[in-house]
Amino acid sequence: MSTATMALPTPQIQRSPAHTIAIYIKEAKYEFLKYLRLRMYTISVLTFPIMFYVLFGLVLNSNQSIAGTRVSTYLIPSYGTFGVIAASLFATAAGLASDRGLGWLQVKRASPMPPFAYFSAKMFTSLVFSTVIVLALFALGIAFGGVRISAGTSARLLATLVAGSLPFSAMGLALGYFTGPNSAPPTINLIYLPMSFCSGLWVPFMFLPKVVQKIALVLPPYHLSQLALGVVGSGTHEPAIRHWEVLAAFTMICLGVARIGFHRDQEKMYG
Amino acid sequence: MISQQVMTMIATLEKTDTAYSTAAPAVVAGLDAVNKNYGNIRALKGVNFCVHGGELVALLGPNGAGKTTAVKLLLGLLQPNAGKVRVFGGDPTNPENRMRTGAMLQVGRVPETLRVCEHIDLFSSYYPNPMPLSSVLAAAGLERLAGRKFGDLSGGQRQRVLFALAICGNPDLLFLDEPTVGLDVEARRLLWEQIRELVGQGRTVLLTTHYLQEADALADRVAVINKGEIIAEGTPAEIKAQTAGKRIRCITDISVEVLRKIPGVTQVREDREAIELHVAEAEPVLRELLARDARLSGLEVNAAGLEEAFLALTQDSSKNGDQRQEL
Repeated sequence: MSTATMALPTPQIQRSPAHTIAIYIKEAKYEFLKYLRLRMYTISVLTFPIMFYVLFGLVLNSNQSIAGTRVSTYLIPSYGTFGVIAASLFATAAGLASDRGLGWLQVKRASPMPPFAYFSAKMFTSLVFSTVIVLALFALGIAFGGVRISAGTSARLLATLVAGSLPFSAMGLALGYFTGPNSAPPTINLIYLPMSFCSGLWVPFMFLPKVVQKIALVLPPYHLSQLALGVVGSGTHEPAIRHWEVLAAFTMICLGVARIGFHRDQEKMYG
Repeated sequence: MISQQVMTMIATLEKTDTAYSTAAPAVVAGLDAVNKNYGNIRALKGVNFCVHGGELVALLGPNGAGKTTAVKLLLGLLQPNAGKVRVFGGDPTNPENRMRTGAMLQVGRVPETLRVCEHIDLFSSYYPNPMPLSSVLAAAGLERLAGRKFGDLSGGQRQRVLFALAICGNPDLLFLDEPTVGLDVEARRLLWEQIRELVGQGRTVLLTTHYLQEADALADRVAVINKGEIIAEGTPAEIKAQTAGKRIRCITDISVEVLRKIPGVTQVREDREAIELHVAEAEPVLRELLARDARLSGLEVNAAGLEEAFLALTQDSSKNGDQRQEL
């Protein structure tokens, strides 16, 4: 084949920034719709934290308090963290592993979709579902649990928890690159359920055995939940900056691992 | 005066000259001495292959021949171990190339909770100049299914959605990897019509298939691929001429050695109590057989299948080798 025949007038097709933004928005919209209609996702991700909160925060221990904070207030940051983690991990890892393993991602990659639109849509979906979970906990707590927190505190709590979706979305991307379509969901459960327990999301941190408390210090959910508890004036009262640092470092590590997976994938696609 | 005339003449000559050199259909997509390995498996071995502007090329081969690998290389989804892959004169991963390219790949699972029109809407948004939704739906025969969720569609309908996603961006170059797999006869014919229409609009199409009939029905040019190598290339008529032949099956007392010596017999195989002959033309061989063996029974004559066709082609491509002696 001669190279001369290769010379073909290539019209320079450029995408305007407005068009690029429109793609990002559409990608995010449909990714969100996809999960909203996926009952397996919405039920497991939304009902578990809400059910736990209703049971342990409103029905069983409503008149007690933990470390000077009403149980119904204390459990919003805890189960909020738990909900945010599940929503983020399942929206990213499970979807990515399935798209990757079953060929859908290849179709997307063969199209002119901006690659980052795909990932940002997954992160956006995690953020939205995280917000919904936290707002549901607020509503229940205020309506039935006698939770009294100011609008400012609520806003800060919501912002903290929803921001916490980012490290776990990053973790989800990393997991999604190193698990298969079938192994992703059990792997997620195998990691996030023990991690949630050890971080004091189910049983308050101070009631955990000493060994587990030591383990908790290196677990990201512990740091997110302590940040959130700090907003309502509870928790272990460590400086917030420490928690942010751990979460930022964790995010960077996860993104690094995801990046390795991304590059490995470019080559390891079997026909 | 004269010199000026001469000058214009020369100028015109030069113009027509360059016009000629570009008038030959340009190569839109090509593999140049490409090797592709998956670990120890050599999926493509020194493949030279190209698609010119405006033509429909069929890459014909059995499963595992390397068809999908070739398509994925041309889409920039895989990198070759050696050789060059060029699309529109550049790297296939160029975003500009992808905006002019559509692809239908074999997919295990498509997001099932999105509706057909939503899938098309999203993919259309990636392209600078997409087809209107109604045209896409019409072209893929999905008008009545636009509001259905992907998960509620039948296998053939799903194939049509993937086809819609490939064409919705109004691409100049279209890759269709086994587009009619799993379609019934009627759906297959419908899709063929759509593909012909796309080519009629001046688009370039590369199609992979393992049906000789499909390649014959659609393609301007066919490249036959087997075990990672292009073993034949030409118009469908040329390929058919190479693969034409009949298979004769019968029960006979004539010995294999004698059968092999009958003119026109290219292959003899014993199959349980029967004998299978592969012949270029059936009639002379049949006359010979019936003349030699009055007790011949269980006679069947069939057109050679694709399997035999590939066999014939592989043997043609290694004519000078010692494979003939096995016959």
